[in-house]
Amino acid sequence: MSEPPISRGFRGRKPGGPSSRIPPGQHLVSDFPVLSAGPTPETHLKNWRLTLEDGDSPVGEWAWDQFNALPQTEVTVDIHCVTTWSKLDTRWSGVTIDTLLEAAGLTEPPAPFVLAHCDGDYTTNMPAEDLVDGKAMVATHFDGEPLDPEHGGPARLLVPHLYFWKSAKWVRRLQFIDTEQPGFWEELGYHIYGDPWREQRYAGD
Amino acid sequence: MPGIEPLRRLQWMTATVRDVIDETPRVRSLVLDVPEWPGHRAGQHVDVRLTAEDGYQAQRSYSIASASADGTLALTVERIGEGEVSPYLSGEARVGDKFELRGPIGGYFVWTPDLGGPLFLVAGGSGVVPLMAMLRQRAAAKSPAPATLLYSSRSYSDIIYRAELEKLVGQGGGLKVVHTLTRERPAGWDGLARRVDRAMLESVGYPPAEHPRIFVCGPTPLVEAAARNLRDIGHEPHLIKTERFGPTGT
Repeated sequence: MSEPPISRGFRGRKPGGPSSRIPPGQHLVSDFPVLSAGPTPETHLKNWRLTLEDGDSPVGEWAWDQFNALPQTEVTVDIHCVTTWSKLDTRWSGVTIDTLLEAAGLTEPPAPFVLAHCDGDYTTNMPAEDLVDGKAMVATHFDGEPLDPEHGGPARLLVPHLYFWKSAKWVRRLQFIDTEQPGFWEELGYHIYGDPWREQRYAGD
Repeated sequence: MPGIEPLRRLQWMTATVRDVIDETPRVRSLVLDVPEWPGHRAGQHVDVRLTAEDGYQAQRSYSIASASADGTLALTVERIGEGEVSPYLSGEARVGDKFELRGPIGGYFVWTPDLGGPLFLVAGGSGVVPLMAMLRQRAAAKSPAPATLLYSSRSYSDIIYRAELEKLVGQGGGLKVVHTLTRERPAGWDGLARRVDRAMLESVGYPPAEHPRIFVCGPTPLVEAAARNLRDIGHEPHLIKTERFGPTGT
């Protein structure tokens, strides 16, 4: 690969932050930016359901009160958005996918891939193994407070080890499938997996 | 539409600054020569990467301001106080300077002439940039789609592309531009003078029955409120596309 051109006069800020926690091409922010492709959906809690599906068959479904009665987990994690911001030590709570599978009477994911479906018709995909063993949850609280609608409330997926578009806002349905199927941004040229440490931003990265 | 983006790797390309245009006291446009640039769709963005002499690199995303063309594109960048890349692009960079970019990126917040209209664009501050790309594309293609831009700025001198917008409106062809100024008005200002609200969206925009394609871009509070109001007015959510310029800043 040829050397990148030097941008004359650019020195950068070179923050002395914990660079071992900032993936390549990312920078730290202290605020919490909002990125969504359309209007924030209005979700009425009395109609809210979270469903697990094996293919097209429901294998678990929880209304809002039932969901909140499941064992809750709190995590403090770093998050990384493909638009290059990273935020450290964010505190979330909700229900891990392990707990959901267990509550559905399953000992392991029923299929190797997942397509997450959301209010507003957003979708995103990931391997099922990226959701288990404590790696992911359906989060309802950020920093001890109920999640704001613009940040994905009442409930969003949280998969912090992948770029944050995988942490789908307003998640309603986790569909376990046998063949990987690209979601909304993945269809539009974003990376099928999205590992920030390998800088997998766009298809082919 | 999903599926049409080619799954090729986006390569870093060298951009050379051909021209620098001061748009407002805080906003500059850079016209770039990028020999490998394949063209783009209005509304898409690029990732920009700067490299310092010691090899340090910083990377950010910027909307494309220009209509599609091979080998060239324009970015419009607002200076953000705490920023690392925007002060360079909006202050330091001059003709002949080089940096890298890759793209075009994003295939949802886009308008192409074949999508038609009416086109209702709602901008806050530098959120006008990708919407200007749409208006420039519309003009370049001589698209007959009616278009309206509702553009919220803090003050008259903060209006980006003011002269060009006036010129585009003057050419006729079904373009309307409505400014609202939220903080400071020049003496004798008889235009709108408040934040974008429901009544404004109703009176300036097209009725839902005309199924306008709506693009909203600006700071998060403006986009959240406008998208919600547009939905409440009766526009179908899938016709309301949003891009938020949060204070990701930097």
